[in-house]
Amino acid sequence: MHFPDALPLQSGASIRDYHLAFETYGTLNADCSNAVLVCHALNASHHVAGVYAGQDKSEGWWDNMIGPGKPVDTDRFFVIGVNNLGSCFGSTGPMHHHPDTGEVYGADFPVVTVEDWVNAQARLLDRLGITQLAAVLGGSLGGMQALSWTLQYPERMRHAVVVASAPNLTAENIAFNEVARRAIVTDPDFHGGHFYRHGAIPKRGLRIARMIGHITYLSDDVMNEKFGRQLREGLELKYSTQDIEFQIESYLRYQGDKFSDYFDANTYLLITRALDYFDPARTHAGNLTRALARAQARFLLVSFTTDWRFSPKRSREIVKALLDNRRSVSYAEIDAPHGHDAFLLDDARYMGVMRSYFDSIAKELQP
Amino acid sequence: MTEKAAMQALARLVPPGSRVLDLGCGNGAMLDYLQRERGCSGYGVEIDDANVLACVQRGVDVIQLNLDEGLAMFDDNSFDVVLQIDTLQHLRNAETMLRETARVGRTGVVAFPNFAHWPNRLSILRGRMPVTRRLPYQWYDTPNIRVGTYKDFEVLATKNSLRILDSFGLQDGQEVRWLPNARAGTAVFHFEHA
Repeated sequence: MHFPDALPLQSGASIRDYHLAFETYGTLNADCSNAVLVCHALNASHHVAGVYAGQDKSEGWWDNMIGPGKPVDTDRFFVIGVNNLGSCFGSTGPMHHHPDTGEVYGADFPVVTVEDWVNAQARLLDRLGITQLAAVLGGSLGGMQALSWTLQYPERMRHAVVVASAPNLTAENIAFNEVARRAIVTDPDFHGGHFYRHGAIPKRGLRIARMIGHITYLSDDVMNEKFGRQLREGLELKYSTQDIEFQIESYLRYQGDKFSDYFDANTYLLITRALDYFDPARTHAGNLTRALARAQARFLLVSFTTDWRFSPKRSREIVKALLDNRRSVSYAEIDAPHGHDAFLLDDARYMGVMRSYFDSIAKELQP
Repeated sequence: MTEKAAMQALARLVPPGSRVLDLGCGNGAMLDYLQRERGCSGYGVEIDDANVLACVQRGVDVIQLNLDEGLAMFDDNSFDVVLQIDTLQHLRNAETMLRETARVGRTGVVAFPNFAHWPNRLSILRGRMPVTRRLPYQWYDTPNIRVGTYKDFEVLATKNSLRILDSFGLQDGQEVRWLPNARAGTAVFHFEHA
């Protein structure tokens, strides 16, 4: 959907004549009360569920959660997936043309924040005629958007479901993002972010960024269980410093290669920056309780015990701030082994809680 | 102690409209009842996955926490009533949690199996740990790691400067006010902090 009017951004800049890619699933009911907005994380898009006709392997990134008869049941809810500004899956991003100059944005694409994304999503809802969501839902960075929704537009949703998320990033988390960004920025093919006009792609940087990211999404246990100290070939050591020796190296290189084939380097910088910047307590002297006082939604928070990138402790901070404000909140801490990735995987306890919560939301809808 | 009569007897200690924290809330039946019948609001705290799911299913707000890690998430006096119904006997740090219960709530209600109930005494006299409807476990597999009596709790409450507002026994859903330490399977204390 095209948006000609300028969207003011938190940085003071603005963006106009932009496009938002979105998909919807299910049917909007007569009183427009059954809409669920799904916010995506770093490497995902508006394609949250289902497969495209004739493309078997095109499942949406949250297809196990969202669809007919699934925990977020599209037979009952009208689900909206939207690709964020600056991303590389269809909405306007750094690989597109600046409307003033006609040049590709590249490094000149404005810095966008979680709050900016929420404002852009709100404009999309305006155009779709949805004044109040039944729920806003997201995991990880998507959870930050869901949380931000409840502060920026407290009356525009009845429920917020925040999975494997945090009220801001810790120093360690920003540090991981910075390593990934340095890998990209120092790739000779990056050209200060204007690599498009050089016909280059900073694939080396993207590969390394993905490798470090991937390590942080898994738990030590799962990595050991999956790869252990297994060698890639045979039983003998090669005594080489540069060849792939262990299976884990092979796996990380494969993930890096795959990622660098489709992901945009400037998008990686933009999205990790949005993660770094998110901190709703910042304008309240670091007091999250005061920051969340605006929220009116009923909340469900979910975290995973082995997630060290967005640990349960961080979710509990949000829960505490909501309790302090006497908001309705439920919190499930799922003892799953898969680290941060658990939020995208099937776990009977996780799926059960999500299904039950969305069942209760569905019961509030007009028949 | 899931019987309806017992639940109603305990619910009478919770004033209508109270803000309630139910520690070890199980499947949320008590909070559900308090919300529907007495216009209360609040949260349950549970560690067990199946119970958390049951609470979400019935629309009771539940926070999944291990009570042995304390109640740091809850502010002083942030609830009108804090319930600990059949919870105390499972807690490693039962005394700390009692103090925490008193800190977080303006009043507290604690109910637990009374080990001095006469059938238990009889069993001990025969030289065996009791196995009853109320205490259905063998000594080697019981989850009740704290066994205490009605009278024991009075001592613990005094030690922690709790003011007892009311106390009684419960047996078959009926209040027992005469010799509760011998005549009731369940001890109930309603208290506030000094």
